[in-house]
Amino acid sequence: MEMKAQTAPLRAPSVVLAEFETAHDVLHAAEKVREAGYVNWDTHTPFPVHGMDRAMGLKDSRLGWIVITCAITGLTTAFVMMHWMNGVDYPLNIGDKPGGAPGTLPSMVPIMFELTVLFSAFGSVLGMLHLNRLPRHHHPVFESDRFRRASDDRFFISIEAEDPKFDLHKAKALFEGAHAAHIEVIEEEVS
Amino acid sequence: MAYWEPITEIGEVPLVQPKSSLAEVTEDIARVTEKRAPLGWWLCFLLAATFTGIFTLCVSYLFYRGVGVWGNTSPVYWAWDITNFVWWVGIGHAGTLISAILFIFRQRWRTAINRFAEAMTLFAVICALIFPGIHVGRPWLAFWMFPLPNQMTIWPNFKSPLIWDLFAVGTYFTVSLLFWYTGLIPDLATLRDRSMTKWRQRVYGFFALGWRGSNRHWQNYERAYLILAAISTPLVLSVHSVVSMDFATSVIPGWHTTIFPPYFVAGAVFSGFAMVETVLLIARSVFKLHRVVLMRHLELMNKFLLLTSMLVGYAYAMEFFIAWYSGDEYEMAHFLHNRPMGPYWWAWAWMVGCNCVVPQIYWSKKMRTNIPVMFVVSILINIGMWFERFVIIVLSLNRDFLPSAWGLFRPTIIDVGVFTGTIGVFFTFFLLFMRWLPMVSMTEVKATMAQADPHRPEGGHESHPVAAHGALGAHGALVPEGAE
Repeated sequence: MEMKAQTAPLRAPSVVLAEFETAHDVLHAAEKVREAGYVNWDTHTPFPVHGMDRAMGLKDSRLGWIVITCAITGLTTAFVMMHWMNGVDYPLNIGDKPGGAPGTLPSMVPIMFELTVLFSAFGSVLGMLHLNRLPRHHHPVFESDRFRRASDDRFFISIEAEDPKFDLHKAKALFEGAHAAHIEVIEEEVS
Repeated sequence: MAYWEPITEIGEVPLVQPKSSLAEVTEDIARVTEKRAPLGWWLCFLLAATFTGIFTLCVSYLFYRGVGVWGNTSPVYWAWDITNFVWWVGIGHAGTLISAILFIFRQRWRTAINRFAEAMTLFAVICALIFPGIHVGRPWLAFWMFPLPNQMTIWPNFKSPLIWDLFAVGTYFTVSLLFWYTGLIPDLATLRDRSMTKWRQRVYGFFALGWRGSNRHWQNYERAYLILAAISTPLVLSVHSVVSMDFATSVIPGWHTTIFPPYFVAGAVFSGFAMVETVLLIARSVFKLHRVVLMRHLELMNKFLLLTSMLVGYAYAMEFFIAWYSGDEYEMAHFLHNRPMGPYWWAWAWMVGCNCVVPQIYWSKKMRTNIPVMFVVSILINIGMWFERFVIIVLSLNRDFLPSAWGLFRPTIIDVGVFTGTIGVFFTFFLLFMRWLPMVSMTEVKATMAQADPHRPEGGHESHPVAAHGALGAHGALVPEGAE
């Protein structure tokens, strides 16, 4: 057995990938996959398809919570920075206006606003990447040559073998019943 | 009626040439980055690179000799440098306006131009940031502008609008870059998946971050895009408002005006749209993007130019009215005499002529849809908007309160070289962008097409086969530069 494993490593399916020709087909196929009770599955489309979140039964994105945290941090940072620098550490009295809050609060507004926006922008981009677990340059679906069209004009559904309900034949039958144009099984070496 | 269908009753036409397939859109946009650059690109690039060279020479000389090589002198200490800064920042505004504000208002026609305009924003803001950087006199000490601990243990004065400006423009550049890159990720994945060479796959693949079009990702991605648009909308309005406060918080007649923030924002959008149009018309003809950049887009942009031209014209008129209505003799001397009849009357005439008079031809549909006319008008508007900043800055400074302090500003050859040089820098960046990155958002254009609608009874079937447009159509048949 050991010798055999070295010459020809064992391979097992890791992902079943179904290709669809239209947004309509992939949307209805996604509904069927969700109804079949799968958890570790996904759709891959060249653009966000209307109604797909509902078809897949996804919960609302949590990104807003990350961004609001960043926004409040930005606002506070700007206020504390200006108040401390011009009002506490080296008080600057210019035109008989004291350096710190509350006297100079109006002139702090522009920078408080800018840093709120700046922190929120970083929060939304980095938060989005974090929620999506990107960057991730290796993924089983990239093994498929046909998958290249997922960023062009084809629509895909992948079911991962990790899914507790995963059964190769059932998954294939499900896709066949959902008008898949092509079904592919991606295999992975088993260590 | 589906959301993607044009409302024919009010004369709308489709956003993408009818009967285009998804693959054709990918092909049209992505092939620009894959084939050899057309001759037109090389000619433009050589010209732009020449001016970038002139810029480098002039700035090197400036650093060697000091800002005295410019024409700035008493009483005009702010001249072309700040004029150019405001001009470039203004041009940058259209990008965020198109990508954020039109996104929030669900103006779906923006998809043809938003990537373009966002790239323009970045490069224009880079050009803008050069000017305060080199105007400080000792550019190697430019970091003094930042609130950093230093040996004098003092901090910037946060009551100064100049430091607000630093934060506003810096934030604007950073947020625009993030917005632009976020929009690029799915398109970079398309380029990665189409790549025929190893290095293309690696480079585009690296920046695509492993994007696989997953709907779980699209969900967060769309939310991120919406949030970025939502926060960029007040940001874009704030940036030029803050720039205008550099002037409005002073007491100089011609600067001390409460109308400045909205007036500057309107002018910024006006000049930005004009610049987008200039560059778009060149790119459309050089790279043959007639399938995605339609006359409808251009006509809508011209309507926008007409609107913003009148906003700017209103602001000019209001400045005159308030100068007279205030009864302040310095204000009246500035607006009613120095601007239209002073030594720089011709600059004022260029400003009014290009910004208020010329765009009026867009009341005519024939003119709005005439490509040579819109090319000339878009350039005239940018000239006019440059003169607007010149009028505001130099004309306000050259005649101070005391006639004994009056003086005239005369630009030097270095002024001219630095300014035209930044135009070269801008176009050099832009041409490289057009050559190596998808200049129209493929993802967003596809999402506006009939095939993107999953609820169509016929299931969004492609209206005609992929291979219908010659050798470039099918995937395997594509032979990009260097693939052999």
